[in-house]
Amino acid sequence: MQFISDFWDVVIQRQDIIIEGAIEHLYLSFSAIVIAILISVPLGIFISRHQRVAEFYIGITAVFQTIPSLALFGFLVPILGIGFETALIALIIYALLPILRNTYTGITGVDQAVIEAGHGMGMTGTQILFKIELPLSLPFLMAGIRTATVLTVGIATLATFVGAGGLGDVIWRGLQSYNNELVLAGAIPVALLALSFDFILKLLEKYTTPKGVKLK
Amino acid sequence: MITFENVKKTFADGTEAIKGIDLHIEEGKLVALIGPSGCGKTTTMKMINKLIHPSSGTISINGKNIADRKDVDLRRDIGYVIQRIGLFPHMTIEDNVALIPKLKGIKKQEYLKRVDELLSLVGLEPSVFKKKYPLELSGGQQQRVGVVRALAGEPPIILMDEPFSALDPISREQLQAELKDLQKSIRKTIVFVTHDMDEALKVADEIVVMKDGSIEQIATPDELLRQPANDFVRSFIGEERIQSALNTFSPYTTKVTEIMDKSPEDSTEMPAIHAEADLKEAAEMMVDQNAQALQVIQDETMLGVIYKDRLLSKLAGIERGA
Repeated sequence: MQFISDFWDVVIQRQDIIIEGAIEHLYLSFSAIVIAILISVPLGIFISRHQRVAEFYIGITAVFQTIPSLALFGFLVPILGIGFETALIALIIYALLPILRNTYTGITGVDQAVIEAGHGMGMTGTQILFKIELPLSLPFLMAGIRTATVLTVGIATLATFVGAGGLGDVIWRGLQSYNNELVLAGAIPVALLALSFDFILKLLEKYTTPKGVKLK
Repeated sequence: MITFENVKKTFADGTEAIKGIDLHIEEGKLVALIGPSGCGKTTTMKMINKLIHPSSGTISINGKNIADRKDVDLRRDIGYVIQRIGLFPHMTIEDNVALIPKLKGIKKQEYLKRVDELLSLVGLEPSVFKKKYPLELSGGQQQRVGVVRALAGEPPIILMDEPFSALDPISREQLQAELKDLQKSIRKTIVFVTHDMDEALKVADEIVVMKDGSIEQIATPDELLRQPANDFVRSFIGEERIQSALNTFSPYTTKVTEIMDKSPEDSTEMPAIHAEADLKEAAEMMVDQNAQALQVIQDETMLGVIYKDRLLSKLAGIERGA
């Protein structure tokens, strides 16, 4: 009980840096996801039409994904220096793979019979993409965005090491001052953010599943 | 309506799928393309709506070379039904059927009315089915929607690529019968690809038998059974079907001219029957008029006479050497 009340005191005392950290954290994660979507979705559509190069692009993003996150931040600092942009780029790199792969899998997974029917009926490539392929692959795409978001919110904690702020700052301060309560005051909001994004995006995923497809 | 002139197709890997075919498909006919797999029947069909482009030769519809038309415009004037049905699972039945009319820019009121008419045409009550999704329907019902979706844009031509072969036997038979009836009422030109000889014999007005990218024979089902052009066609049809067709004698299909005596004695007093009449009609007339013989008339000339004895032996299956 002692611990909980100590923890609560720390939260109250340091609420300014916690709130500031949370806002930075959200801003950073959110920007990274939006930019990653803007890159990955068109790229995913492109590689679904050029399947020979698909493995190549997915491979590149997969290689990025295998770099340990702390190391990636480390690699980027000598090139880009420290600051918000460095953290943003690192997070975008991490978010690319799940979104790209799911966009690709979603589109290529659309029943070929449906595509053939569309072509045969005289739909243009664009009409097939927007009226058939994207609506039918939307649940996959949303699942990719969800995975990427949860991942990004977690990794954004490391942004503090390149001076980009976020809740990582709070955790780091806590670690440096052997203040476990402060560490938790940073870590718990990160976990809550990740969980609530996961929850909201799961709802969105369900919502975007076309009605006729849910019947399966 | 559709004409192939010396059409060849060689695929990028060097396979000669079509080795120069000439084919004329008449308006309003249901033509079945049949042959073993790899014979080029599907390739031939897909060249009509330019899903496959011929390597050489011309295909024309109503005298106009289809190479001069935009792919998308051409396809909107040609209905397309495929084996795997391919209904859009995220759209209601109504939206599926209305898609092509919508793309063609037809007014909403008009196409909604057409959707209802078309669904009723294939026995799907619009009020029950139009708001449903494809996955809520059985395979047979889905393919009925597949067929009316192809009809929705009011195309003069419909292509069907083994449309019923994925269905269970009962639905298949029903849909074959329905297609035949539908064809009578809508008078579209239908090109129908199948590998099932019974299906072709049942639905087609004309059958094109293909093998290795060439046409072996073009004939009506009846001609095909009675006069297969060569050994391949014969074996493809199957000896059993040929024999059973030859043995089936039906008073409904045998014409009076087949048993007529062409050099009769005096025939002036006999009741007259037209040359197109079948044996059943002849028998009825003989009974009604208590006649022993009938004269067969075509364009006011007397072709010959049929005698009661001869008719009776034919109907009873007692054949004497003529």
